[in-house]
Amino acid sequence: MPGNPWFSWSYVVDNAPLIWQRTVEHAGLTIEAVAISAAIAIPLGALVSRSRWLAGPVLGTAAVMYTVPSLALFAILAPLLGIGRTPVLVGLVVYALLIILRNTVAGLSTVDPAVTDAARGLGYGPGRLLVQVAMPSALPSIIAGLRLATVSTVALVTVGIVVGYGGLGQLMFQGFRNNFYRAEIMTATLATIALALVLDLALWAVGRLLTPWLRGRAS
Amino acid sequence: MSAPTGVLQEAIVWLNDPLTWTEPGGILELAGEHLVMTAIAVAVAAAVAIPTGAWLGHSGRGAGTVVWLTNASRALPTLGIILLLAAGGLFGNTATVIAAAFFAVPVLLVNTYEGVRGADPDAKDAARGMGMSDGRILLQVELPLATTLVSAGLRVTIVQVVATIPLAALAGGGGLGQIIALGMGTQRYGEVLAGGIVVAGLCLAIDGVLAIGQRLTTPAPLRVRAG
Repeated sequence: MPGNPWFSWSYVVDNAPLIWQRTVEHAGLTIEAVAISAAIAIPLGALVSRSRWLAGPVLGTAAVMYTVPSLALFAILAPLLGIGRTPVLVGLVVYALLIILRNTVAGLSTVDPAVTDAARGLGYGPGRLLVQVAMPSALPSIIAGLRLATVSTVALVTVGIVVGYGGLGQLMFQGFRNNFYRAEIMTATLATIALALVLDLALWAVGRLLTPWLRGRAS
Repeated sequence: MSAPTGVLQEAIVWLNDPLTWTEPGGILELAGEHLVMTAIAVAVAAAVAIPTGAWLGHSGRGAGTVVWLTNASRALPTLGIILLLAAGGLFGNTATVIAAAFFAVPVLLVNTYEGVRGADPDAKDAARGMGMSDGRILLQVELPLATTLVSAGLRVTIVQVVATIPLAALAGGGGLGQIIALGMGTQRYGEVLAGGIVVAGLCLAIDGVLAIGQRLTTPAPLRVRAG
């Protein structure tokens, strides 16, 4: 089909500023959502792993929220929070929350009891124990959670177009409405995947820097 | 746009109108369509993923590929794939089912693979010592031991498919997502909210039913491990 190719370099060149703008929007929304999620989920995970009776209800509630489809959640939040960025951000935070929470709890549960015991014997209080002993042990699992949350958030942002803010999803949908402009949909889809890979790689690098003691072993 | 309370009220009024549920193209008909599409997509995905996963798990091959496939599928924007299918000329319910099945395969594949591979090596050894063939070991030893993981995978898959189908409504597909897409298109936010509630309710209800089903179909000795 010469009139409507799947790839078109001239489309990319002609629309470079717009594609870049949408990519920046997309990345900004993703990073903000994952950061807010992490700020809630990591302390919550630490709290939950200390008290068994809290773990069930908190993880259960997060799992129920996670079951609600993204489109439905955005549709429920948009009329209440207004059309635009806010409902998408809130929705994304909810989805990333469960992933990070689960990995934090899982990471903290694998801390070697002998190590905790030794630290307690050295006179570590609960606060120092958590920050200096348990957290570093749980770090690989938490970073794995952050990476997973980031990658799925990048894909989820596109659904935000239903409430008018979808980053690269806006280009996809615009291309769809614009008589199936294939090059536009394809470019936006590939850019979304590329963004996910770049952010994943960045987090992997951060994880490597933060856990120098793991470098010798196979990751 | 009206105040949030107005929208909430609109949604409640709309949901309380019996005609909303029973008219042609109403909630009940759309829900039926939604469930039929789900059933087909899950059946297609299961027909591909379970045998493949079982065989790969049995032979121990392709571990890297399976893990890579699952991770890669997370990065794929579902909406982009649905819109690309539409731009390629695949429209409506068939395209929706294909896209939903496509995204259902990795979850089911990885769970079957892990389940079969993780089957107790002693049990496999004993079966081989008794003279069982590879096929019988897979069907009578490994797959039964993998039940927990396969049924967990099926549950996640079904819920995920129910959640994916509404996206296709943005590209003209059927199912309950139509209520949201139509409401957005006509700026009737009460209906958008109501549609969101209906879709969310369906997902939660199905997950609940499946949780019970999962418990009932898991053989008693395996239940403890399922947690």
